[in-house]
Amino acid sequence: MENLIALLVAAPLLGAAVLLCGGRRLDRYGHLLGTVLAAASFVIGAVLFFDMLGRGAEERALYQTLFAWVPVEGFQANIAFQLDQLSMTFVLLISGVGTLIHVYSIGYMEHDERRRRFFGYLNLFLAAMLLLVLADNYLLLYFGWEGVGLASYLLIGFWQHKPSAATAAKKAFLVNRVGDIGLSIAIMLMFTTFGTFTFGPVFQELDGAGEGTLNAIALMLLLAACGKSAQVPLQSWLGDAMEGPTPVSALIHAATMVTAGVYLITRSGAIFNAAPDAQLVVVVVGAVTLLFGAIVGCAKDDIKKALAGSTMSQIGYMVLAAGLGPIGYVFAIMHLVTHGFFKAGLFLGAGSVMHAMNDEVDMRKYGGLRKYMPVTFVTFGLGYLAIIGFPGLSGFWSKDKIIEAAFAKGGAEGWILGAVTLLGAGITAYYMTRVMLMTFFGEKRWQPAPAADAATDVEPSADHHPGELPHPHESPKSMTVPMIVLAFGSVFAGALFSFNSSFVHWLEPVTRFEHGHPPVGAAVITTATVVVLLIGAGIAYAQYGRKPVPVTAPRGSLLTRAARRDLLQDDFNHVVLVRGGEHLTRSLVYLDHSLVDGVVNGTAASVGGLSGRLRKLQNGFARSYALSMFGGTAVLIAATLLMRGV
Amino acid sequence: MSFPLLTATAALPALGAVLTAAVPAARHTAAKWLALVFSLATLGLAALVAVRFDPGGARYQLTESHAWIADFGVRYELGVDGIGVALIALTALLIPFVILAGWHDADPDQQSNRRWRPTQGFFALILAVEAMVILSFEATDVFLFYILFEAMLIPMYFLIGGFGDRAHSGSDENAAAQRSYAAVKFLLYNLVGGLIMLAAVIGLYVVAGNFSLTEIAEARAAGDLTMATNTERWLFLGFFFAFAVKAPLWPLHTWLPNAMGEATAPVAVLITAVVDKVGTFAMLRFCLQLFPEASKWATPVIVVLALVSIIYGALLAVGQRDIKRLVAYASISHFGFIILGIFAMTSQGQSGATLYMVNHGISTAVLMLVAGFLITRRGSRLIADYGGVQKVAPILAGTFLIGGLATLSLPGLAPFVSEFLVLVGTFARYPAAGIVATVGIVLAALYVLVLYQRTMTGPVKPEVRSLPDLKARELAVVAPLIALLVLLGVFPKPLTEIVDPAVRHTMSDVQQQDPRPEVEAAK
Repeated sequence: MENLIALLVAAPLLGAAVLLCGGRRLDRYGHLLGTVLAAASFVIGAVLFFDMLGRGAEERALYQTLFAWVPVEGFQANIAFQLDQLSMTFVLLISGVGTLIHVYSIGYMEHDERRRRFFGYLNLFLAAMLLLVLADNYLLLYFGWEGVGLASYLLIGFWQHKPSAATAAKKAFLVNRVGDIGLSIAIMLMFTTFGTFTFGPVFQELDGAGEGTLNAIALMLLLAACGKSAQVPLQSWLGDAMEGPTPVSALIHAATMVTAGVYLITRSGAIFNAAPDAQLVVVVVGAVTLLFGAIVGCAKDDIKKALAGSTMSQIGYMVLAAGLGPIGYVFAIMHLVTHGFFKAGLFLGAGSVMHAMNDEVDMRKYGGLRKYMPVTFVTFGLGYLAIIGFPGLSGFWSKDKIIEAAFAKGGAEGWILGAVTLLGAGITAYYMTRVMLMTFFGEKRWQPAPAADAATDVEPSADHHPGELPHPHESPKSMTVPMIVLAFGSVFAGALFSFNSSFVHWLEPVTRFEHGHPPVGAAVITTATVVVLLIGAGIAYAQYGRKPVPVTAPRGSLLTRAARRDLLQDDFNHVVLVRGGEHLTRSLVYLDHSLVDGVVNGTAASVGGLSGRLRKLQNGFARSYALSMFGGTAVLIAATLLMRGV
Repeated sequence: MSFPLLTATAALPALGAVLTAAVPAARHTAAKWLALVFSLATLGLAALVAVRFDPGGARYQLTESHAWIADFGVRYELGVDGIGVALIALTALLIPFVILAGWHDADPDQQSNRRWRPTQGFFALILAVEAMVILSFEATDVFLFYILFEAMLIPMYFLIGGFGDRAHSGSDENAAAQRSYAAVKFLLYNLVGGLIMLAAVIGLYVVAGNFSLTEIAEARAAGDLTMATNTERWLFLGFFFAFAVKAPLWPLHTWLPNAMGEATAPVAVLITAVVDKVGTFAMLRFCLQLFPEASKWATPVIVVLALVSIIYGALLAVGQRDIKRLVAYASISHFGFIILGIFAMTSQGQSGATLYMVNHGISTAVLMLVAGFLITRRGSRLIADYGGVQKVAPILAGTFLIGGLATLSLPGLAPFVSEFLVLVGTFARYPAAGIVATVGIVLAALYVLVLYQRTMTGPVKPEVRSLPDLKARELAVVAPLIALLVLLGVFPKPLTEIVDPAVRHTMSDVQQQDPRPEVEAAK
């Protein structure tokens, strides 16, 4: 059975290779091939899952070693897989949601002449992401980690002719690379501390390492997680990443890749458990990002950017939970899975709306769409109820557990974290209600489509009619079916996972689990959560439901204006990094030419007695060689005499 | 006496050079094919060397030894270890692609003098360089190595000065002047390095009484030959200076951007991917083996210079406006990694450095040759003259991106393996240096992706609208190299297997052991 593991990765990898190298003749079937191979991966995953269920809780992990990757004296890295309950959860999420999004993209990308390539990139992403969660050592995980970064880069910049897309892609890769420094150093530290970076042996040897070392390793892993999961201070790329086609935003920048940081922390739980200082930093990062993303989400008029802020915030919840240790790991992953369903569904719904509205993303130019797009409205609405944590739906179960665990941290920390998670739940209800009202309710505020922008060389899609008002319509089956499936997940997954604590029992053998004991009863916390939710939604209704929404955004308070600019993250980066960097490289280029070159040339010229002759030397090769030979002979004689003396 | 395989591997391209040069002026196409056939046959012999080499066997294999200048104890002595085999394979592998990529770079002008034979000269010079580089990887006699180290400058000088990049922003005279400047600068830097090395070579002879690397190293290991500390240090510096110019190490690097910028792309590949490797190779083989104590003495300074090279080269690459100069500065950064790996004095660092030499050769070849194809099409080396190329030439843009991703050491492509080994090996010995070097991975991403964004994405510039995509010949150049990058990125074992034993020998030469893991040391 373990021999099937490699096929999970191999199927989409084959798809990527064929689609990207195959050339134009595959254009007609490319998307089907890509979808079938993604589905194949899901089927293999399901087979392995049922096989796993048949075994006892502690004997479920499977291992497969393919070959030695980098065998060097004292350094062993294998291409080897480990499939345990944690990996299995991700395999099903990645390949399942991945397959749905392949199906959706068949319709969404129908008029794009480079659709085959798009599916090739999607397959590449699936292969890399599966490699990331199946690796049995950190170096191979790093392989998958950068692989998903590459796929993300290619897909964000898929419409490369748009300068904004190309810039966003580059930014995402660069910010992630900063995080990758952390992963590199963590692996190096593991190597010098334990002599290995394979999961099992590292986790067994933890006792022999000092707490300082473990804290350093854990903090470096956190840095990596911040990059990939868009956590403060490496959050700035996620909003721009929305330049990518919407299915990409749903799959990579909501459901799977951005949660890789949570996977990394949970997978390395043993290390974090032994590094309490680092754990504290993890919860702080999670708490700060949770609020940061939520505030940004409130101010955005671009539907995808509002959802991106929300993604940051929800991953903040997961990171916070993972930072709590064994009382939180299980719920971090549970929220990750339920979030995968409802956030992917919300993005697909947003894509469906954009599809109907001439690719307009500004919610101020939507309004009243529920009558025109009933399926999108219902599925999006269920996703909305799930994310705000409406009692009974998926998000309710997973988020409530995280809030409880935050309180259970104990002491003042517990109260602060609990308050932050509660506040976050209120803000979530506010911004999501705002999105819902601006898009599907109220007056029609539709605007004529802008003329195709000749300067950016964008070819209008078939649905794009410049100068006309949009004619919203429901999307084709290939798009609505995945939305319906994800809506089912948004509604039922949480209850299913919580029934009999099935998810806790499932993951416990890998992540370990301790019951948290919040200072107040669980019922009190749940009630408080629901109250906060109603307040948040109520404020949004008062602002956007009761009053008409202006087509141009009002000036807003200082905070609103800052939040619109992503709380000034880019302004900060621009002043500190971009401008500073430009000055540095420019002055270095100048110095290299005038100083380093000059000094070395000058020294060489005077030492060799060639001063003033440099120009003449350019006249001919023969002369310079003769002169040098003469100089050489002199050096030679001098050296011989000198050595005799020694 | 067995067949002198090593001599044959170097003699074959030399013979090819002579025959290519002798092809009549009118038959310039025949000269190209002749050169290509000889380079492929050399690749066959190099493959045979790799097959015949036994990783578990003696340190130097396939040895040959003949008296040459008896009065001075100079011998014609050859032998290869795993590091030599890897670099011979790299050289023999790259030359056919260099020839194929430069297929039209030296076509004669219609109006020019019929007796002038640029095509024959160009390809003969490339083969001559190949012959000398391969022999320098085989030489175990210090004097023989020195002769080759210097002699290869002559064909390189003519390749840089005589066959410049036709894409030039200035006038023809201006271009010729800059080309000439670049060629002379290349020659002067390397000659000065070589002369200092010559003094050290003579000094070594005075101390040791012969030139044989193996004999001197054995005598040193057995304690029969002792050197005064200062003598050893001066000799070491003499050798190291020459190699640091060739490698090149900051601050001796400034000849490289000029040379790579003005030369044609295939010649630039020849410089950075092949000839410069002789410098780093010689550090491993001669500096560490002949002067182990002095090597350890100089290590702190060299590690710092290597770090400066890594960061400085990368920052300078970010600031370049010329595509080829950008690649040149990127190479300076990468040579910093190689030298860092060598002087970290750990098994991982030195294995990584050796792999790095091979992988950097291949990845730079892809990036530079595709850049060359692009530059030839548009007639400009300036980044600002491009934009939106991926729209009109997607295959060219795709291969360029893969070359760039290899340059930024993306996992899955060969350079990642070597770069990570160098980092880990450095970190194990000098944690601070390892961390500083790691910053290089962000800067590499910056210069590669900025270059790609500015040239390949965005709106299509009117001037590039009609650029054709890669032709069959050009695809035949890059596709195998890309396949090799993937293969060595996922399965580098064939290479590590032959390199590892050689590294073990070097580590014992310098009497160094890898630092033990913390938990093991605590037990």
